Amino acid sequence: MDDKVGDETIMTTILPRKDVVIVGLGWTGSILAHELTEDGLDVVAIERGPWRDTATDFNIGYAQDELRYAIRKDLFLQPVTEAMTMRNNTSQTAMPMRDYGSFLPGNGVGGAGVHWNGHTWRFWDSDFRIVDNLTRKYGAARIADLQLQNWGVAGEELESAFDRFEYLAGISGKAGNIKGEIQTGGNPFEDPRSRDYPLPPMQMTYAPTLFAEVTKSLDLHPFPTPSANLSEDYINPLGIAMGQCTMCGFCERFGCANYSKSSAQTTVLPVLMRKKNFEVRTDSEVLHVDLDVSKKHARGVTYVNTSGEEFFQPADMVLLCAYGLHNVRLMMLSGIGQIYDPGTGEGTVGRNYCYQTNSGAQVFFDDKNFNPFIAAGALGQTCDDYNGDAFDHGPLDFVGGAGINCIPSNGRPIQTRPTPPGTPRWGSAWKQATVKAYKATLGFSSQGSSYPTRGNYLDLDPTYKDRFGRPLLRITFDFPDNDIRMSAWVTNKMEGIAKAFGGRQYNISPRRKGWDSVPYQSTHNTGGAIMGENPRTSAVNKYLQSWDVPNVFVVGASAFAHNAGKNPTGTVGALAYFAADAIRQQYLRNPGQPLVSA
Amino acid sequence: MKTLGLSLTLAAGALSAGLAVAPSALAQAPDQADRIIRGRYQAILGDCEACHTAPGAKPLSGGLPLETPFGQLIPPNITPDKASGIGSWTEADFRNALKNGIGHDGKRLYPAMPYPAYTRMSDEDISNLWAYLRTVDPVFNPVEANQLPFPFNIRMSMLGWNMLNFTPGEFRPDPSKSEAWNRGAYIVQGPGHCGTCHSPKTSLGADETSQALEGASLQGWFAPNITGNPYIGIGSWSEEEIVQYLKTGANARTIASGPMAEAIEASTSQMTDEDVKAIATYLKSTTGGPAEKPKPIPADDRRMQMGAAIYHDTCSACHGADGKGARQLFPALAGSAIVQQPSSETLMRLVLQGSQAVHTDGARTTPAMPSLGWKLSDQQVADVLTYIRNSWGNAAPSVGPSDIGAHR
Repeated sequence: MDDKVGDETIMTTILPRKDVVIVGLGWTGSILAHELTEDGLDVVAIERGPWRDTATDFNIGYAQDELRYAIRKDLFLQPVTEAMTMRNNTSQTAMPMRDYGSFLPGNGVGGAGVHWNGHTWRFWDSDFRIVDNLTRKYGAARIADLQLQNWGVAGEELESAFDRFEYLAGISGKAGNIKGEIQTGGNPFEDPRSRDYPLPPMQMTYAPTLFAEVTKSLDLHPFPTPSANLSEDYINPLGIAMGQCTMCGFCERFGCANYSKSSAQTTVLPVLMRKKNFEVRTDSEVLHVDLDVSKKHARGVTYVNTSGEEFFQPADMVLLCAYGLHNVRLMMLSGIGQIYDPGTGEGTVGRNYCYQTNSGAQVFFDDKNFNPFIAAGALGQTCDDYNGDAFDHGPLDFVGGAGINCIPSNGRPIQTRPTPPGTPRWGSAWKQATVKAYKATLGFSSQGSSYPTRGNYLDLDPTYKDRFGRPLLRITFDFPDNDIRMSAWVTNKMEGIAKAFGGRQYNISPRRKGWDSVPYQSTHNTGGAIMGENPRTSAVNKYLQSWDVPNVFVVGASAFAHNAGKNPTGTVGALAYFAADAIRQQYLRNPGQPLVSA
Repeated sequence: MKTLGLSLTLAAGALSAGLAVAPSALAQAPDQADRIIRGRYQAILGDCEACHTAPGAKPLSGGLPLETPFGQLIPPNITPDKASGIGSWTEADFRNALKNGIGHDGKRLYPAMPYPAYTRMSDEDISNLWAYLRTVDPVFNPVEANQLPFPFNIRMSMLGWNMLNFTPGEFRPDPSKSEAWNRGAYIVQGPGHCGTCHSPKTSLGADETSQALEGASLQGWFAPNITGNPYIGIGSWSEEEIVQYLKTGANARTIASGPMAEAIEASTSQMTDEDVKAIATYLKSTTGGPAEKPKPIPADDRRMQMGAAIYHDTCSACHGADGKGARQLFPALAGSAIVQQPSSETLMRLVLQGSQAVHTDGARTTPAMPSLGWKLSDQQVADVLTYIRNSWGNAAPSVGPSDIGAHR
């Protein structure tokens, strides 16, 4: 076998067959590798980035280096490895993002699960069956401008998968609803869960404590944010120990040096890496999945290592477990399914790309000291009163909602520089203001849903290519009008909360139309290979199995048919377990066959 | 994987321990198979691989050089290869080597090969071990064990050494003690050769028998006191804690590091529960080392104050402000025996170079202590060690910066 690249002919080494090849060794790749190796399958994971573990890469002696990790983004995907192009709508020409800004994909073993904050949510049944729910309550006309779709799965089907992920990761929280019984102190809007979280909530710092007091006085229902920063020492069901979080405030953009933040490294890999039927090849980038002539069966994957040597890894099953956006692009580059066309609405791969619709508020005090450096990524309080469909949208002009979060995740010196509006951007006045505001500012934010439209999608860029000559992924996205109306309404509620704090001054940062890829907003990029009931409108079935190539599973937030007002990781973890169960209990009995008939 | 009836499953089990049994050997009489399996267990008790297998090499084909105070010795090839291993030996030769320190051709062995311990082994155990060693894959790998300088390279000198330091003879059970105690004593003194590392040495390199198991330096670590001494030994550990440590490498008090971590991975974690319990029973009954704790260095001592500041900045996130650590993850320092040894060699090594726990079925996390040598000066390392050795009820001699410098 050889491929022509430029003037060079590259020889491809054909490797011995494996039962399963996994692309990407982050949260989902690790969970699936663990589950499938338990069944005796011979599994290899191919990871584009480097090997990383706590002992050698998140050393307590230098892990808390804001310049290296937060500013220079040491753990993230760099555009030199893979860039993307972006535009707001199809009338524009997409241009490459020269640096990742609005979102920061991970790189290396553990993926984005290394550098996350740790907010661990369950999406609700009203999300998974969103069309049924909204149509019944508000009529089909209300959602006519949106491309909302049911996910093909009900909330109760995923309960045990959510539970397993939470116990794997030692999530610290307070249940709001156990088997239908509302629990004091938890989230009263959540779906029933079978039991409480494995660990109690984290000890609250002052800002979220005050936020809970104020929102309660406004008849809202604050509760501790479910956190993957551990409130206590924990040994998970795999026998792996984790430590109590020390609230150092270096979570997002950092690996945890204290074994206190759940990640593949701290929950799965110490066991997985010892298995004789598992192997990981790092610094190896999968170029594409190889299909047979029928285009209905994957033969394996082709990858290249850092020396430029190319390998073909034959396998009976291919699991795409990379970051969601990369999963979508790999499908497109491999010819798995048909690429979505917003003009005709035909095609499934690239469909229903969604993001997150956020806004912020700050309250400036004269007489308070929040000690913001005592913090953790998910240490805070949330109100879900205005999230999803927890409230009546009958009289309103939008669907969806937002969680309102007071989660002061850090007080790191370079980036934590709150100043009230009107402060000069530099000079002694700025210095005085930043000193005054550092300890005495409380911030909270809304994390809003992002609902699909016909014109928000992913495809391959017609112009720009990567270092291997493959087209870059093109993102065409702007905040839909529905979501802007939703965010404006929720942000108005936030202004009421901000006033109720009684500070000297407050500042509101609403969400406006015109997505800008430069300032950081969220790494919750969802959709593009969505799950669903119908192969004409979804790329994978409810078990994340490709409709088109049944021995390929595509696992990750790429499967989300829309994005809720919540962080995606909890639902991603649950979907990984759900897919693993389907493979172990159904697929392996009848390999190569669809688990859902089209 | 637990059945021993099928040669394939046995071979797979043996491989997982790094020791291969040739399936053909098992086709022999059932009692022979039984001997081989028992012999393989003797190889685990004796941890032959620790010295006789180099990392990545074929099992028992010769080890890495051992640095002794007298010079370098290389553990030889003990596979059944005729030319370079022990393939031309007889069982009698082998017994003579283990019991008397005399090899096949009358060559005197050096006691880096712990025949002063193996001499306590029973003939039956040695015979079974021999049967097992005959089944190991033969590897051609000539090793010149003797790398010592003159005059130590003269093997006949060991004749005199043996006269002074070596008492041959099989272990004699003490009928007044329990079966478990006697079994534990047999393993500790015989095949387990615990004293080889843990007993202080005379100027001639022999075990200081009056101070058996009271702790000794080796290879830049301090093998601690493992007698029943209540504060620097394992006297305050429960039997369950000793068993958990030997089976998994970690318990609520500590996590194994250095050569002990290797011994746990290859040997004690694979012993039967009964044998590990017996070791605990025996060790707890032994005495040694000072009965009285020294007085701790007062907290207002300048070194203690400096050490406290460094501890709270650098160490407390994992080991806790109270020194209590976290189970299976961060060893407790408060009340820790290794922290209070007379020698701080292991502590220096851990701070300067770091350490990672071994993986066993019972302790899977493999947490690591990072190296802090690059960010702490000699004075700072000394002060923080003085602080942890004299806080939370601990008491031990102070550590000076020159000690640290010598270990960098």
